[in-house]
Amino acid sequence: MSVFPATAAAKAADRRAARGAGTGPASRDQRAAYLFIAPLGLGFALFYFWPMIQTFYFSFTEFGPFGGHTWIGGDNYARVVKDVTVWQALGNTLVYCGIGLTALPLALVIASLLNRRGLRAVPLYRALYFVPFVTLPVAVGLVWNWLYNGDFGLLNEVLGWFGVDRRYWISDPSTAVFAIGAVMVWSTTGYYLIIFMAGIKGIPRDYYEAAELDGAGAVRRFFTITLPLLSPTIFFASVICMIQSLQVFDLIYIMMGEKNPAVGDTQSVVGLFYKWAFVENAQGAAAALAFLLMLLIAGLTYLQFRLQRRWVHYG
Amino acid sequence: MLCLGALVMVFPFFWQLLTALKSLAEVSRVPPTFLPDDWRGASFDEVFTALPFREMLTNSALNTLGRTAGQLVFCSLAAYAFARMRFRGRDLLFGLFLSVLMVPSSLLVLPQYDIIQSFGLLNSAPALFLPGMFSAFGTFLLRQAFLALPRELEEAARIDGAGSFRIFWSVMLPLIRPALAALAVITAMAAWNDLLWPLIVNTDPEAMPISAGLTSLKGQYETNYPVMMAGSLIASLPMLLVYVLLQRHFVQSVAASGVKG
Repeated sequence: MSVFPATAAAKAADRRAARGAGTGPASRDQRAAYLFIAPLGLGFALFYFWPMIQTFYFSFTEFGPFGGHTWIGGDNYARVVKDVTVWQALGNTLVYCGIGLTALPLALVIASLLNRRGLRAVPLYRALYFVPFVTLPVAVGLVWNWLYNGDFGLLNEVLGWFGVDRRYWISDPSTAVFAIGAVMVWSTTGYYLIIFMAGIKGIPRDYYEAAELDGAGAVRRFFTITLPLLSPTIFFASVICMIQSLQVFDLIYIMMGEKNPAVGDTQSVVGLFYKWAFVENAQGAAAALAFLLMLLIAGLTYLQFRLQRRWVHYG
Repeated sequence: MLCLGALVMVFPFFWQLLTALKSLAEVSRVPPTFLPDDWRGASFDEVFTALPFREMLTNSALNTLGRTAGQLVFCSLAAYAFARMRFRGRDLLFGLFLSVLMVPSSLLVLPQYDIIQSFGLLNSAPALFLPGMFSAFGTFLLRQAFLALPRELEEAARIDGAGSFRIFWSVMLPLIRPALAALAVITAMAAWNDLLWPLIVNTDPEAMPISAGLTSLKGQYETNYPVMMAGSLIASLPMLLVYVLLQRHFVQSVAASGVKG
């Protein structure tokens, strides 16, 4: 049983709905419809649409020490562009995004391994891989901080068996971003795994069986059947993954203390936004920064949609 | 290989539990011990004195319930209208509502903070859940579910003399129960795990949910790892429980959010 209709069925139902509605007493039906939408609409207006307009306005103002916003034109944007910490945070964020995206191939490989015929305990595997995603991010950050600990951490101990030198993983600027990125991948892989497993389930088994008869091995089947037929799903997952990792904040906030020497080397754009807006009270500049982040996300998403024509196959 | 992967996924939690059961002296020993020398549960008690832990868990529960209940009510009403009723400006409004999906939440928190402040609600439970009660994703998800239902049910009810709300409430809503469950699970998880918004609106420890509260534990107890691990375990437990109980809906909602977008 599927809760979520395929697009074609949804469209047909939509058409039926549009046709059918003409039969009732139209004006009463209209009024009822607006009443149904009103609560959500009011909430959206107050908490989303109005704030959108406000942020745009804030980004051209300066927040005074005694409250109130003074119009200062484009100065905030100039400040953002000239600030080196912004460029550093932007660079870090792009690195996080790149690392975060490696969750996709990882999830894809695991999903196709779990798709093997006759494999038992699939629900158990799925559950185990999914647990990190369900767990409170603060808990995830704290336990990894502990595993990464330079003095008593388990990671150093285990790597020590293989002759790797002891390291302060999250206070060493050269490893901190990757240490946090690895936790990001660890905690999101299960999410994409489930998306991909659902997608693979939709591929007819016959394809795999036919390929097997033709003598195609597991790797060949993966590249000629799974990958192309799953490409719309992979595309969608990569858009989500990119948008989410460009907004990374939680893990960094938890894992990095203010006194950590690598703090600037791990700061993300949203982290910097939080600092400006709520620690340093530079609301106008923070709003400008948030706007530029939105533009970046929109731009990269647009780019992904442009590029999809080259590699996404719709059956 | 799959086994090894699964082990890597779960091992940190296992390590967390072992650490929580060790003494402070033992966790700073080099090389680390695997099993605790003497098993002690004291850290699980200490969390409750180190932080207003009980209040924080209550705040998390209120936040989760408020957001989930709000989304189920507001989104299902609007989704029904968008899926099943015909009115002027429907497609335009739906497009406008969907645009909320595309805006990063950090873009909106400054004015949202001002609004909550002007209501005098800072450091209160409603501050945590008010904006999160309204969701474009939820509306979209439920609209898809309503679209899949057969038209005839509604017509039969209308002939029997039922009004719009009656049809919605007693005929259509029960039929999309699986979608409602999926939305509830996904919202509950997002609410319980949310960090940025609670850090902004509720800075008083007594008003913080556990997600934000644990970060303050990190500041004060920089080196008390057993207590930190015990705290994170307790705080993760409710969602793990929800996940285990409602696994089917969880998996379904995640799968659907990616496959049918």
